[in-house]
Amino acid sequence: MEMLWFWLVSVMIAIYVVLDGFDFGAGILHLFVAKTNEERREVLGAIGPFWDGNEVWLLAGGGSLFLAFPKVLAAGFSGFYLAMWLVVWCLMLRGISIEFRSHVEDRLWRAFWDGTFAVSSILLPVLLGAALGNVLRGVPLDASGYFGMALWTNFRMGPQPGILDWYTLLVGVLVLATMAGHGALFLAWKTAGAVHERSRKLAGPLWLGVLVLWALATFATYTVNSGLFVNWQKAPLAWLATAIFLGGLGAVFAGLRQERPLTAFLGSGAFIIGILAASAACSYPVMLKSTLDPAYDLTALNASVGQHGLRTGLVWWFIGFPLAIGYLTFLFRFHRGKVKAAAEGEGY
Amino acid sequence: MGDPLFWHRLQFGFTATYHYLFPQLTMGLAFIILVLKAMGLKTGEARYNDAARFWIRIFGINFAVGVVTGIPLEFQFGTNWARFSRLSGGIIGQTLGMEGMFAFFLESSFLGLLIWGEKKLSPKGHFGAAMALWLGSWLSGYFIVATNAFMQHPVGYTLLPDGTLQLQSFWAFLMNPWAHVQYAHTMIASVVTGSFVVAAIGAFWTLKGIHGEQARLNLRVGTILGLVFSVLVAFPTGDLQGKQVAKHQPITLAAMEGRFESGPRASLTLIGQPDVAQRKIENPVKVPAVLSFIAYGTFSSNVRGLQEFPEDQWPQNIELLYYSFHIMAGLGTIMIALMALAALLLWKGKLDGNRPVLWALMLAFPFPYIATTAGWAVAEFGRQPWLIYGVLRTVHGASPTVHAGHTAFTTLGFAGIFVVLSALWLYLIGREIAHGPVSRHA
Ligand code: HDD
Ligand code: HEM
Ligand code: HEM
Repeated sequence: MEMLWFWLVSVMIAIYVVLDGFDFGAGILHLFVAKTNEERREVLGAIGPFWDGNEVWLLAGGGSLFLAFPKVLAAGFSGFYLAMWLVVWCLMLRGISIEFRSHVEDRLWRAFWDGTFAVSSILLPVLLGAALGNVLRGVPLDASGYFGMALWTNFRMGPQPGILDWYTLLVGVLVLATMAGHGALFLAWKTAGAVHERSRKLAGPLWLGVLVLWALATFATYTVNSGLFVNWQKAPLAWLATAIFLGGLGAVFAGLRQERPLTAFLGSGAFIIGILAASAACSYPVMLKSTLDPAYDLTALNASVGQHGLRTGLVWWFIGFPLAIGYLTFLFRFHRGKVKAAAEGEGY
Repeated sequence: MGDPLFWHRLQFGFTATYHYLFPQLTMGLAFIILVLKAMGLKTGEARYNDAARFWIRIFGINFAVGVVTGIPLEFQFGTNWARFSRLSGGIIGQTLGMEGMFAFFLESSFLGLLIWGEKKLSPKGHFGAAMALWLGSWLSGYFIVATNAFMQHPVGYTLLPDGTLQLQSFWAFLMNPWAHVQYAHTMIASVVTGSFVVAAIGAFWTLKGIHGEQARLNLRVGTILGLVFSVLVAFPTGDLQGKQVAKHQPITLAAMEGRFESGPRASLTLIGQPDVAQRKIENPVKVPAVLSFIAYGTFSSNVRGLQEFPEDQWPQNIELLYYSFHIMAGLGTIMIALMALAALLLWKGKLDGNRPVLWALMLAFPFPYIATTAGWAVAEFGRQPWLIYGVLRTVHGASPTVHAGHTAFTTLGFAGIFVVLSALWLYLIGREIAHGPVSRHA
């Protein structure tokens, strides 16, 4: 039961990253791939109907973590206190910039929100990537089950690292590049004309960058937490996940060469899911690793709630999840085809 | 920077209070939009759809602010109330998770269709989108209220030796009787907010002599719904809330009423200032025996005063509790009176020409916002010193590793962001009102 919930939470988070990832990517790139107001509205129109629903995956994933492993949520959220609020403030600014930009026909107003949208969309993947880095590296959890971390200390490793050090920043940059590549493929798929062309041209170099950063980060992870790689050899799921992300990577490059943007976009989704699944499979059952002593690790087994709670949650989870997927499918079908910028006074 | 607990409480109270300014209008308007769309579908008259279109635009702006102010609240459980989350996450995580799965997905998926989809959808389809939004926002209200109700009146759990609360009966928890009363009262209050806003806009346009037909329609819808729901918010739901508090949180009731001594035939204080140090009410104006009746249904019941309870169980802020409750109930009475007058004039066909009443309707829209905010203050300050009533004290709920300075910093950060959000909201809503109920590029 604990293992099932470990995977349910991981699935929710992976879906969140894939979905919000493409609208982060659109935000990272829009200043470069969309130059005119019309083009920017095309980009916003492509993600507008989706972004809030995408973000709900974060809330629902957090809710699942909360109900199944409250100790992990309590330790993680309070331990990363300041970083958490940076994330939340960026999410707030981003949401507002998407929703409010096109309400007013004024160049400065729109330029301001375009900038806010870009900056918050760039900061978020770096911060979320750094969070992933912290989870992979470990945090100074002690016997109380809590920790408190400075935003950064000396950028080196050690028993008392900061939230940002060279390793977590590297993961942050990898995630930034991946989101940008993912977003470029989404835009190439959903738009036509100049935005489509520019996104398609950018996607190739971006994905080469992802490849290089991924190799670097994998090597760095090995030096930071070699235990993960020991687990990898023993976990069949991790093998499967590796196959998925390598296959996804192949699909990205094949799709780019054959000019089939949807294939490439699905490939990048598979890459993200695979890489997160591999990380989860190699970490299981550890959810939050302690840098001080393995005895303080929070694991799916020692951090979960009672069986009745887990079983009850499972019932409604299996009702709610298909509903959420159903809405998403409906939305994608309703908005199928290439987007066009909406008329002034309407749409995003 | 002093006590971390102080800042945690300030930050949570401040951000929750601010958030709730928006969902109350969202939930109220969702209902009113549904009514307008249903009328449009039934009568086939364009004016209902025109009115709905205007309110949907307001809804969209308000919703966006509601969403971005709601996200930080969800995070605060973990960041600021880590010990509380650790102990009770197995229970309140259920409703918070369900809110995401069943309510937020529904709302966020259909919002775009409601706002921008009218041309693409059939009239029935657009009505369906309005329905989905109404359902989503009211479901969201239930799950969050059920979460709060657990903190007010915990049921369906067992307490483990290490202090962890474990889910024992999911249905008992979800169907907490406290949640039913609280939900009915809050949802009705949200329709009151919506109706007052609709009526205020109708009055504003009538006074300016613009948008003739739409002005009259909004005035009529706002007044009728406003009267019905203002009455319902006081009776039976407000009354039931009072009885519930009397039964399960007698100390809270005593503090709300500023009642220090016990005794039968307890009088209701209408006006007066509590003096906690002297343990009395200054300059009171009282109605004998009414409090006994309100709390227990007979004029002779004994209502216990604060003196009967140990001081360490008193809510810490008795003055605020007392004033908040009296402001809510007082405004509730004024609102019923105003809407009754307006409805009477409407029925006689004289509302359009009665400038004083139109002015009053136009200026009264903040009343429900104030009453609602005061109501939450009653509920949340009344719950003190408990975080989960009778089970976990607020002092034992905060995050152990977060320093006061950090929380002070983030609280100030929120203050800054909220100033900006308020300005944006006012500006964009103001533009929509100035623009009026015609579609922009028709
Ligand atoms: C339009 C807004 C509005 C109006 C006019 C009223 N209320 Fe209210 N009240 C609320 C909006 C509200 C609320 C915001 O919805 C609260 C906050 C928490 C809750 O459960 O509902 C609330 C809470 C609340 C509580 C506290 C419950 C607790 O401690 O948990 C009581 C006892 C009452 N109400 C009773 C009344 C009475 C007797 C009213 C008589 C006129 C009244 N309310 C009018
Ligand atoms: C939107 C309406 C709400 C308002 C205006 C509100 C207001 C407040 C205020 C003023 C406080 C500070 C109390 C004090 O320090 O004495 C507070 C505390 C708190 N509230 Fe609420 N609240 C609302 C809804 C909720 C809901 C729905 C929940 C639960 C899901 C909740 C959970 C909490 C928690 C955990 C605290 C901190 C602990 C405490 O001080 O007791 N609140 N709230
Ligand atoms: C203090 C606890 C609360 C938390 C943690 C919370 C959380 C949230 C979150 C995360 C959202 C954004 C959802 C999205 O992305 O679509 C939201 C919006 C919303 N919340 Fe809250 N909320 C709280 C209090 C309340 C209360 C007391 C109510 C109603 C009784 C309420 C009703 C709504 C509604 C209807 C929305 C939809 C958006 C809107 O209109 O503003 N919330 N809330």
